[in-house]
Amino acid sequence: MELTGAEIAIRCLQEEGVEYIFGYPGGAVLHIYDALFQQDKVKHILVRHEQAAVHAADGYARSSEKVGVALVTSGPGITNAVTGIATAYMDSIPLVVISGQVPSYAIGEDAFQEVDAVGITRPCVKHNFLIKDVKDIAPTIKKAFYLAKSGRPGPVLVDIPKDISNHKAEFIYPSSVNIRSYNPAGKGDSAQIKRAVQILLEAKRPMIYSGGGVVLSGASAQLIELVRLLGFPCTTTLMGLGAYPASDKQFVGMPGMHGTYEACMAMQHCDVLLAVGARFDDRVIGNVEHFAQVPRKIIHIDIDPSSIAKRVKVDVPVVGDLKLVLDQMLNALRSSKQKSDASDLTAWWKQVDEWRVKGGGLRYKNSTEIIKPQFVIEKLYEVTGGDAFVTSDVGQHQMWAAQYYKFNKPRRWINSGGLGTMGFGLPAAMGVQLINPGATVACVTGEGSIQMNIQELSTCKQFHLPIKVVSLNNRYLGMVRQWQEFFHGNRYSGSYMDALPDFVKLAEAYGHVGMRIDKPSDVEPALKEAFARKKDLVFMDFQTDPTENVFPMVPGGKGLSEVILSEDL
Amino acid sequence: MRHIISLLMENEAGALSRVAGLFSARGYNIESLAVAPTEDPTLSRMTIVTNGSDAVIEQINKQLNKLIDVAAVMDLSEGEHLERELMLVKVRSEGAARAELKRITDIFHGRVIDESDRTCTIELTDTCAKLDSFLQAIGRDLILETVRTGASGIGRGERILKL
Repeated sequence: MELTGAEIAIRCLQEEGVEYIFGYPGGAVLHIYDALFQQDKVKHILVRHEQAAVHAADGYARSSEKVGVALVTSGPGITNAVTGIATAYMDSIPLVVISGQVPSYAIGEDAFQEVDAVGITRPCVKHNFLIKDVKDIAPTIKKAFYLAKSGRPGPVLVDIPKDISNHKAEFIYPSSVNIRSYNPAGKGDSAQIKRAVQILLEAKRPMIYSGGGVVLSGASAQLIELVRLLGFPCTTTLMGLGAYPASDKQFVGMPGMHGTYEACMAMQHCDVLLAVGARFDDRVIGNVEHFAQVPRKIIHIDIDPSSIAKRVKVDVPVVGDLKLVLDQMLNALRSSKQKSDASDLTAWWKQVDEWRVKGGGLRYKNSTEIIKPQFVIEKLYEVTGGDAFVTSDVGQHQMWAAQYYKFNKPRRWINSGGLGTMGFGLPAAMGVQLINPGATVACVTGEGSIQMNIQELSTCKQFHLPIKVVSLNNRYLGMVRQWQEFFHGNRYSGSYMDALPDFVKLAEAYGHVGMRIDKPSDVEPALKEAFARKKDLVFMDFQTDPTENVFPMVPGGKGLSEVILSEDL
Repeated sequence: MRHIISLLMENEAGALSRVAGLFSARGYNIESLAVAPTEDPTLSRMTIVTNGSDAVIEQINKQLNKLIDVAAVMDLSEGEHLERELMLVKVRSEGAARAELKRITDIFHGRVIDESDRTCTIELTDTCAKLDSFLQAIGRDLILETVRTGASGIGRGERILKL
């Protein structure tokens, strides 16, 4: 029996086991929405803005190892989705975004709601397709899912013109995909792994630096085993938090712009650095010339060869899937008769511990008068037993959440690390809550970020998503204000949030529970009350200290060992 | 340093723009780019002439390989190779000067492919550097139009880029 293109597209999603699709209808996707309506396997979540559809699919993917799917219409539908797509691209999140396009015969005529979707998304997708024949829909969607999740994952766009979604064809879903020009890496080269192991065992001041790749590859168990077997200090980037347990004694915290003193110093002064699925981002190693001043051997494992030797020189590149490569490494280590020099390691740990003391740990001056944002995160950690899924927006609150919520499991920390997209947190939390029903999901945000996608409170109401919004409201775009205080002579240009809404009333207007918390002594009771409301979305508006800054801080363009501690100012 | 990179890619709509977009997005230089289908019509062969430090060239190779439509990449400059570029050049040429122009054309192994009362069009295929020399030899003042294809390259002997 022949099906329409729209029906074929939905059948493909069923075949891929898609449970939820996040979308917003419009003219060019009417046939697809009609096909969605006539089945109940794939459930549609109607968002209030296309950017949120993509972020929700993204949160769904980040918290579940699945491919997130979004559906948007042509023109403004896809342009609104671009921020979400770029967010997923920068963090290598597997998504399939289906967009409607004007009818194929109208393409190029500046038709109503026409935009070159493939062109506009090209720099921020792993790949994209414009479908020109109804027979191509099934094989293309099959390819899209395969590309999205294999190799270095990423978003894939499938643009379907309206007429094609109404043409008919036989539905045949391919059982396998073969793309001759695409061969994602698997195991690592065994000679390179042997070299790497040799260098690791000879290291005097070794350091393991892991990133988001460990989460994406599902290699957390392998990483933990490797770190314990070697006895080396371990750090994880913002994207890797949770891949190695934060409460473990070998964990030295996050490195980089707002990392711990000990992580920054150990990264800078180690003699051997094992980079595992991390990309030496400017926010992680700071000034690249400063970083290169200290001679060290770098072993870099990554599935994407272009991530290796992009910003720093690498001595031993290993291309492969981290999970497989780390298994190979573990085997090589176990069968090696050589061991690390115990006295070297002891001396190195002594140095690291001294840095820990000097850095004084992550700390802030608490107050009984005014709520300190760090205090809210500490209490959030306690009240949720450290077991919540935490999404965040972008800014100071994001850094405090990363610092003070000790993530012990991968896929629990959901944030826009690469693109730094404000407005990510709430829609991402929707995706997280849907794929993890019954789980505790907190969205740590600020009064600036939350307003970038606050309309999604309506989606949360419609689909009964009991997310807990923890808003650290300091009446400023805090990170901008912090940089203006440090580097722009206290000229707070555009960073004061005037005319803020009453968030309690706003939450109530959307049918949720709103709470305003002014006093430090009310923080814990408020959090307890909010998290006890299992069925409600609770919006907690914490009035926090507007002058608080994030420390430690490696200023932009500076080196890792030029980190500023709070007392330095 | 100047590098000449050859690649095989799927002969599909948009494939060229993926390569061109990559170069502009990442701030790489393109001196020239030549592309056409191969004996297998599903594949296109592209030759890119670029320049950059070793680190930049390494990234260019890796980023090209990362494009889903790109099936194979070879940096021809890393080994023995040949390169040729085709140029059509229209020159103002009247009276006695034409004999001189034809003489220079002969020296460069070019061909006159069109003549009118006042113009003469020459076809020349050689390395990019030779084409530059030819233009210099004629003199800029007389040149009316220059059309160059950009270099096409191929490995010498058993150095083969094929799927």
